[in-house]
Amino acid sequence: MITATDLTLTFGKGTPLENPALRGMSLTVNQGEFVTVIGSNGAGKSTFLNALAGEVMVDSGQIIVDNQNVTKLPTYKRAGSVARVFQDPLAGTCEGLTIEENLALAIKRGQRRGLSAAVKARYLDQFKTSLTSLNLGLENRLGDKMGLLSGGQRQAVSLLMASLTPSAILLLDEHTAALDPKTASFVLDLTTQIIEEQKLTALMVTHSMKQALEVGDRTVMLHQGQVVFDIAGKDREGLEVKDLLELFEKQRGLEITDDSLLLG
Amino acid sequence: MLSNIAFYGAIETGLIYGLVAFGIYISFRVLDFPDLTVDGSFPLGAAVAAVLIIEGVNPWLATGAAVIAGMGAGAVTALLNVKLNILNLLASILTMIALYSVNLRIMGRPNIALLTEETVLTPWYDLGLAYHQVPVLLFVLVVLVSLVLLWRFMKSETGLAMRATGANPRMARAQGIATGAMIVLGVALSNGLVGLAGALFAQSQGAADVTMGVGVIVIGLASLIGGEAVLTPSTVFRALVACVIGAIVYRLAIALALNADFLGLQAQDLNLITAVLVTLAIVLPGVRTSVAARLTRKKA
Repeated sequence: MITATDLTLTFGKGTPLENPALRGMSLTVNQGEFVTVIGSNGAGKSTFLNALAGEVMVDSGQIIVDNQNVTKLPTYKRAGSVARVFQDPLAGTCEGLTIEENLALAIKRGQRRGLSAAVKARYLDQFKTSLTSLNLGLENRLGDKMGLLSGGQRQAVSLLMASLTPSAILLLDEHTAALDPKTASFVLDLTTQIIEEQKLTALMVTHSMKQALEVGDRTVMLHQGQVVFDIAGKDREGLEVKDLLELFEKQRGLEITDDSLLLG
Repeated sequence: MLSNIAFYGAIETGLIYGLVAFGIYISFRVLDFPDLTVDGSFPLGAAVAAVLIIEGVNPWLATGAAVIAGMGAGAVTALLNVKLNILNLLASILTMIALYSVNLRIMGRPNIALLTEETVLTPWYDLGLAYHQVPVLLFVLVVLVSLVLLWRFMKSETGLAMRATGANPRMARAQGIATGAMIVLGVALSNGLVGLAGALFAQSQGAADVTMGVGVIVIGLASLIGGEAVLTPSTVFRALVACVIGAIVYRLAIALALNADFLGLQAQDLNLITAVLVTLAIVLPGVRTSVAARLTRKKA
């Protein structure tokens, strides 16, 4: 469970490029909930995720993950409870390391690392079983360098790495945006499958309104660093993109001009 | 051609620079941290070992102290970068410059002779080997032990975390790795190895000199890059072996160049030859592939 209360964050404070990214943003995500997050460019989606992960520090407000106040903690101290998949397929894995080494890094996420061998024999079965579930034939390529894999394969492995150890929250930052449509839908299916199987609490940022309504069980829209609406349950069922747009206009008296949101 | 003594001399220095190349491999390749501290930590290791040896300390303890001093120097560079956000290259130059004064302070004079002192080499001369073969034997052992330990470390959980820190810091942080601490540990380890090299060099050459660090970084890099050109570093083990091969090949090439009378080169040309060799080592692998590409294109 995560509770973000009244987060504010301004980039380049006191300079001509001052840019308020979060303006009093609050959101509570309950245990086992899968929330999709939408919003136009500059709405604060990525900043919000980065704030939850600790990559950026908020100016004010409070972030509580599983009853622990993590507001001031750096990324690596939050990693035990926060798992992430990035937008860039190259960002979530190390291309110079082998598949098994990448997985071995992930299996120790948020734990103390010692001087024993990183890739242990007892991990290999688990690695193979999880890789088999991807249906990409990667279970026979444990010793291959990550750089030999395609973007889609790497994103699938990133997803696996994020779910290898339990975490309080899984953050997905437009993790299918850089993939071709077919691979994107494969990775998205895999995402929903893993989240359902492991009953993960997840927050997925997406640029596509359609996707935001199709997957997950709650949708939140951000605008100018705040939550403009938040729908779940019955209200969300059967909702279509045009309903979402009407909702948005009613709430804000604004028209959405960002084409990518409509086309996605 | 090369005389027997010149040959063993080249191997001996090559092995010592193999240790330097290990250190440079950690900073430049594993951590992606261009670290010039080595020009200061090499004479630092020599200075610490020499001063302790003439004070009558056991030469192995003195060598161990040199390693710790080198690690300290590396930690200073890394902390300047991690804690004070000084650019890594600049941080290392600051430490290197500072070490020149520190080394003079430690030694109390520009150089210390060790010719008559008991060193780590002394007991080995009783084995009955030729005088110029003894250092080679001992340094082969030291390099092998360092190589195996370093290889095991790079395969450990902490070593893997260090490799991830250099390759993809954002991913490393997301996996809960304290990247700042990894940089401090890695740069310290790197300079500890260079301190060890400096201590052994002083003992085998019979003197520690405050200027002996000049260009160590370039020779170390030449060894690293040369080794990579000979042996593709696809695994950590191959990369480490490449460091040693590169360093020995480099010293042999220098010895040959200086010994080939028809070239007319003399000892004072050493740094020029080094710079030319490094340039060749960097450029040649690229030339090889572009020539190959041109040849295949013509065929097609």
